[in-house]
Amino acid sequence: MKLDLLTGLYVFMLAAFIGFEVIRRVSPLLHTPLMSLTNALDAIAVVGAIILAGEHKTNLAAILGTIAIVAATSNIVGGFIITDRMLKMFKSSGPRSSGSTGGAAK
Amino acid sequence: MTTFFTTDTLIEFTYLIATALFILSLKWLSSPVTARRGLFAGEAGMVLAICGTLLHAGIIDYKLIAIGLVVGTIIGIPLGNVAMTAVPQRTALSHAFGALCVTVVGTAEFYLRAPDISPFMMAVLSMEVILGSLTFTGSLMAAGKLQEVLPQRPITYKGQNFVNALLFAIALIVAVILILHPDQIRLFPIMIIIPLIFGVMLVIPIGGADMPTVISLLNSYAGLSAAAMGFVLNSKLLIIAGALDGSSGFILSVIMSKAMNRSFTNVLFGGFGQIQTAAGGAKEAPPVRSATPEEAAGILAAASKVVVVPGYGMAVAQAQHKVRELYDSLTKRGVDVTFGIHPVAGRMPGHMNVLLAEADIPYDKLLEMDQINGDLAQTDVALIIGANDVTNPAARTDPTSPIYGMPILDVDKARTVMVIKRSMAAGFAGIDNPLYYLDKTLMLFGDAKNFVSNIVRELTGGSHGG
Repeated sequence: MKLDLLTGLYVFMLAAFIGFEVIRRVSPLLHTPLMSLTNALDAIAVVGAIILAGEHKTNLAAILGTIAIVAATSNIVGGFIITDRMLKMFKSSGPRSSGSTGGAAK
Repeated sequence: MTTFFTTDTLIEFTYLIATALFILSLKWLSSPVTARRGLFAGEAGMVLAICGTLLHAGIIDYKLIAIGLVVGTIIGIPLGNVAMTAVPQRTALSHAFGALCVTVVGTAEFYLRAPDISPFMMAVLSMEVILGSLTFTGSLMAAGKLQEVLPQRPITYKGQNFVNALLFAIALIVAVILILHPDQIRLFPIMIIIPLIFGVMLVIPIGGADMPTVISLLNSYAGLSAAAMGFVLNSKLLIIAGALDGSSGFILSVIMSKAMNRSFTNVLFGGFGQIQTAAGGAKEAPPVRSATPEEAAGILAAASKVVVVPGYGMAVAQAQHKVRELYDSLTKRGVDVTFGIHPVAGRMPGHMNVLLAEADIPYDKLLEMDQINGDLAQTDVALIIGANDVTNPAARTDPTSPIYGMPILDVDKARTVMVIKRSMAAGFAGIDNPLYYLDKTLMLFGDAKNFVSNIVRELTGGSHGG
């Protein structure tokens, strides 16, 4: 697989612009969940680690790949759990919050 | 290219969908109403991408992958269940883990490919491991300071900036040599060790009050290093995820620096806070007016509009649930209660909102600095709980103050100001606050949790009296 560097740079540039525009609109209320969520998404690096460990080209690469899987997976799991816990806490004072989860029980 | 539906095409399609889901995920995070949908989109994208990757033809060893995923999950679950006050150090720790992942993958890729590495590839690989390793130790330091296992006060020494610049220069020189001569394999470890030291040195001089900026900046570095890893692995998905994370960290750093009236370079090279402590004690303090919980409750009950300004001290005293009771009892009496949240009120961006939301205070009562400052002149009582520097009018009026120019909550414009504070000791940055000596200011001395619960008791006990 030959790497097309210029394509990569275009992708990076466009993604940075999209990120800038999308994240600029995130309410300051949610800046902490934003950070924990982007952190979990960033751990998509696990796909590279999986290939590295799975291909097992050298023992060094396999060991480093496994360490990387552990680190990234803990970010994915921990990041999603804590983001969910935080987002569940945000409730409106207005008419019984409509879109949220199982709020009808109480 | 012969058939359309090869496994590789299928994998690429899972990545394409995952990318779209990631962008939607962040888009839906713009409002608390759609935020959880955003979270689910992110989770779906992640699961899809991981499943796609497991189909990769080159994978021969699933045992190590399984071990990695299981161990990572075991570590991740407790990290996802920390107390809300501990979220900043958890976040710093997760930046460290992300950086660790990127650094070790970069290292493995180097040893797999060297010496057959093109200059551009070596450049992004260098960027990946340099940013990754400095973010790793820098984030560990930040987490240690936030967890208070390391001293929070800035540690500075003479020639600090020179040492830091020198370390960084060495790392860059090694990177350039490797770009030109990728066969110099022995040099590679230097390019990891030096940034590891640099990361420690970078965070040592930074005080606890600057942590929101530092965390955001490290967030940005973690994202950029992941994007560099995307270039190395030719993964567009990773380039995009890294770019999103990097721009998120960048935006938050800018917001935090502005809120602190600082530039990036100032935060990184300033060592804020060690000068003012000496100057603080010299002056003789003018008298202040203080009040009891009964008096405070009377004034609050008579008000029609109250703005509560919480600071990190409130969270340290674990007073947020008592503050919610205060909010409830005042709201029941028809008092309009809102909260004024300074961008750096917590230990990371948005932290205070999370702490108040945890105490069941509705998010539409949590107002940003710009929203609340217009209202403060029409406010009867501004109640400050555990906040100090973000309310200091010297930031507006005194050009000699170290925080001059910092945007603050204009609580001194309210008709009455009440400050719950343990003692007259100076705040986190060690700066005296002239707000406390105003005629309209009442100091409520005591522990935030006890004092607020005493006010609540007065309010609920005497609800038929007035």
